[in-house]
Amino acid sequence: MNKILKKQVLSPGIKLFNVENKDIAEKVLPGQFVVIRAYAQGERIPLTVADVDINKKFITLIFQEVGQSTFYFGSLKEGDEISDVAGPLGKPSEIEHFGTCVCIGGGIGIAPVYPIIKALKNKGNKVISIIGARTEELLILKKEIKQISDELCITTDDGSYGKEGRVSNELSRLIKEGIKIDRVIAIGPGIMMKTISDITKPYEIKTIVSLNPIMVDGTGMCGACRVEVEGETKFACIDGPEFDAHLVNFDLLMKRQRMYTKEEKESMESLEKDKKRKSK
Amino acid sequence: MPKPILKKVPISEQHPEERIKNFNEVPYGYVPGEAMKEAKRCLQCKNAPCITGCPVEIDIPGFIKAIGDGDFGKSIKILKEKTVLPAVCGRVCPQEEQCEKVCTLAKIGEPVAIGRLERFSSEWEAIQKTTDIPKIPAPTGKRVAVVGSGPAGLTIAGDLAMLGHNVVIFEALHQPGGVLIYGIPEFRLPKVIVEREIEYIKKLGVQIITSFVVGKTKTIDELLKEFDAIFVAAGAGLPWFMNIPGENYNGIYSANEYLTRANLMKAYLFPEWDTPIIKGKRVAVIGGGNVAMDSARTALRLGAESSMIIYRRSENEMPARMEEIIHAKEEGIDFHFLTLPVQYYADDLGWVNNMECIKMELGEPDSSGRRQPISINDSNFKIPVDVVIVAIGNSPNPLITTTTPGIEITKKGTIQINEKTGETSKSRVYAGGDVATGAATVILAMGTARIAAKSIHSLLQNK
Ligand SMILES: Cc1cc2nc3c(=O)[nH]c(=O)nc-3n(C[C@H](O)[C@H](O)[C@H](O)COP(=O)(O)OP(=O)(O)OC[C@H]3O[C@@H](n4cnc5c(N)ncnc54)[C@H](O)[C@@H]3O)c2cc1C
Ligand SMILES: Cc1cc2nc3c(=O)[nH]c(=O)nc-3n(C[C@H](O)[C@H](O)[C@H](O)COP(=O)(O)OP(=O)(O)OC[C@H]3O[C@@H](n4cnc5c(N)ncnc54)[C@H](O)[C@@H]3O)c2cc1C
Ligand code: SF4
Ligand code: SF4
Ligand code: FES
Repeated sequence: MNKILKKQVLSPGIKLFNVENKDIAEKVLPGQFVVIRAYAQGERIPLTVADVDINKKFITLIFQEVGQSTFYFGSLKEGDEISDVAGPLGKPSEIEHFGTCVCIGGGIGIAPVYPIIKALKNKGNKVISIIGARTEELLILKKEIKQISDELCITTDDGSYGKEGRVSNELSRLIKEGIKIDRVIAIGPGIMMKTISDITKPYEIKTIVSLNPIMVDGTGMCGACRVEVEGETKFACIDGPEFDAHLVNFDLLMKRQRMYTKEEKESMESLEKDKKRKSK
Repeated sequence: MPKPILKKVPISEQHPEERIKNFNEVPYGYVPGEAMKEAKRCLQCKNAPCITGCPVEIDIPGFIKAIGDGDFGKSIKILKEKTVLPAVCGRVCPQEEQCEKVCTLAKIGEPVAIGRLERFSSEWEAIQKTTDIPKIPAPTGKRVAVVGSGPAGLTIAGDLAMLGHNVVIFEALHQPGGVLIYGIPEFRLPKVIVEREIEYIKKLGVQIITSFVVGKTKTIDELLKEFDAIFVAAGAGLPWFMNIPGENYNGIYSANEYLTRANLMKAYLFPEWDTPIIKGKRVAVIGGGNVAMDSARTALRLGAESSMIIYRRSENEMPARMEEIIHAKEEGIDFHFLTLPVQYYADDLGWVNNMECIKMELGEPDSSGRRQPISINDSNFKIPVDVVIVAIGNSPNPLITTTTPGIEITKKGTIQINEKTGETSKSRVYAGGDVATGAATVILAMGTARIAAKSIHSLLQNK
């Protein structure tokens, strides 16, 4: 179980794993995630299931190396086994016939938005996709998303590919052009989701975001993933991760994401010094 | 008849100043001579009131007599007739409320140290290299799924395996043991002990599948297709918050998260282990039960200069075990009784830095018989803090009940069972432990599991 059947480097620092797990592959729906722990001393981290094998044997995880756990995870090879993979967790995305949907993925957020685009398209929606990253290298799944979208807009912060600027600019453009949008789904860094939410709010366009607070168990037993929605505390792992953007307290989300900044640095340093004992 | 000895043989412990710097177990346990001496205090009462005080009805005079006779192998055998977790119960049972409360000697002096003796026998067994595995009858061909690997799940798995049934435990976390692993700290219940007891259950033929979230990975209805019966022992794992302003600031934890990081994820060994924990200087723990004591004592060991218990009633109403409260006091935990937090304050980056509290007084007894705390007007004051741990209670996680049509729950969110059989409202589904009783104790969880084991066994025989 949990064997890495395939490893692919999508861009420097972004890796794709196909992980063998029949139970999860049979069950998972777009919008759901797994919690993994790579080895005995490892921490538990959540990753969205980006795709599923048609034969339901494996799931696809796409992740960016941002700190000690993801860097270590990225160093695993084909044939290695991941100690623990639990899921599928969280509520699936709401997939209905809405009409015209704009699906926005920023940075590594492109990976989790991909299965949602696919599912919305299969339900007969018109899907306009907007994907963006800091620079061309980090733009993943261009081909795959182009194939399944009715329209695709691409942005990079430095203008190295597609339009120079942010994904939010493209959304504003679509709105200004008078395109009737029935629903927006946006996944990416907190600040990106907040900006998108601020753009669609005055137009009352239903906007869904997938929140990524720090998690431990992913099953509702710890409360690490507390977020505030409409002034009420919710556990993102069981009540979400998707919420109505216009009701989310993004400032709190972003502050809570920084809770372990100091420790994350320390952990990374100890990985570099290779002090860590890795064992199953 | 010799005159009864009124005092327990004392147990040696790590000195408080030393132990707050490590996570090692606090009491060292009896050596054989001490255990035999303590065992001989037992009066071997004919009516043995102590047995009625034990939820799993251990033959207490029996196992104690064996210790007194120096036949330690026999003592552990007697214990194991009724409990698969003697090393755990000996350490964490609230004995002063159970077996030791009704001990005849308690009327004239200190009761027999039943818990310590139970622990002694299990320790003795652990250092004998071999554990006796009871003879298991021929397989019945019947399959039982157990959801959750806490004390209730482990107990029923052991019981049913010994009757020849094929038992599979499904556990959501990556390590089995439930609260024994993720909640109760190392210094009170060393994890090697829990692991040892789990190994024993595996040796009985029980299979444990971890990282399997019932309700998500598979539902109860899906499992019913593969198994003849299901026992739900998912515990009471959903943490409560007070829903007061500022409760989501950085540095504010549920006890579940704090203890899970510290115990299950070994954050006290960070960065050697990867999971971090915020090591506060001034830590406030809200609550007065075992969970609160464990959190406050963990905070001390993580280096807190001041670790406080904030409890809304008075010391008399504190539900924690006596030994826990004594240990906490010895270690220098500050107790603030009749105090209730009403709001938190934070710095610009969102880190909690102050807690506003209000003073309470006790009014009339409520339905639980405890005197109700009532707030005193204009008694607000602030306590500077940098970490807060909310330990005010837990209820069952709705993950299973919301994905299982036909299973009835109570107003408290617990699974409705027939107490005499463990049956739920859904055919072939049983439940026990905290998920059915609400947050209780290890031994009560084991008691409910034992009852369900009997009725599941008779269901399987008649099938
Ligand atoms: C529901 C959900 C789905 C996610 N899906 C993906 C995905 O498909 N691909 C992907 O690359 N990333 C995804 N993430 C983010 C991913 O979990 C973090 O990047 C990862 O945990 C970072 O760990 P680290 O040790 O490498 O980095 P660290 O140095 O520990 O932290 C870097 C950043 O990651 C965040 N983080 C750290 N620990 C956790 C944790 N236990 N849980 C959540 N966030 C944490 C921190 O806030 C910090 O901003 C998802 C997060 C959530 C909540
Ligand atoms: C910090 C703390 C200290 C305590 N101290 C004491 C003490 O000193 N003495 C005492 O007697 N009692 C104590 N208790 C209470 C005692 O631990 C519990 O009453 C007891 O563990 C309940 O046992 P259980 O088997 O019902 O559930 P738990 O021990 O809670 O185990 C339930 C298991 O089910 C798993 N699970 C949950 N949902 C799912 C799912 N959907 N699928 C699969 N698995 C699932 C959980 O991960 C967990 O491992 C303490 C509790 C805590 C939290
Ligand atoms: S299991 Fe608990 S209540 Fe029963 S005899 Fe042992 S310590 Fe006492
Ligand atoms: S009641 Fe006390 S003294 Fe009497 S048999 Fe039980 S343990 Fe011994
Ligand atoms: S991650 Fe623990 S409750 Fe959500």
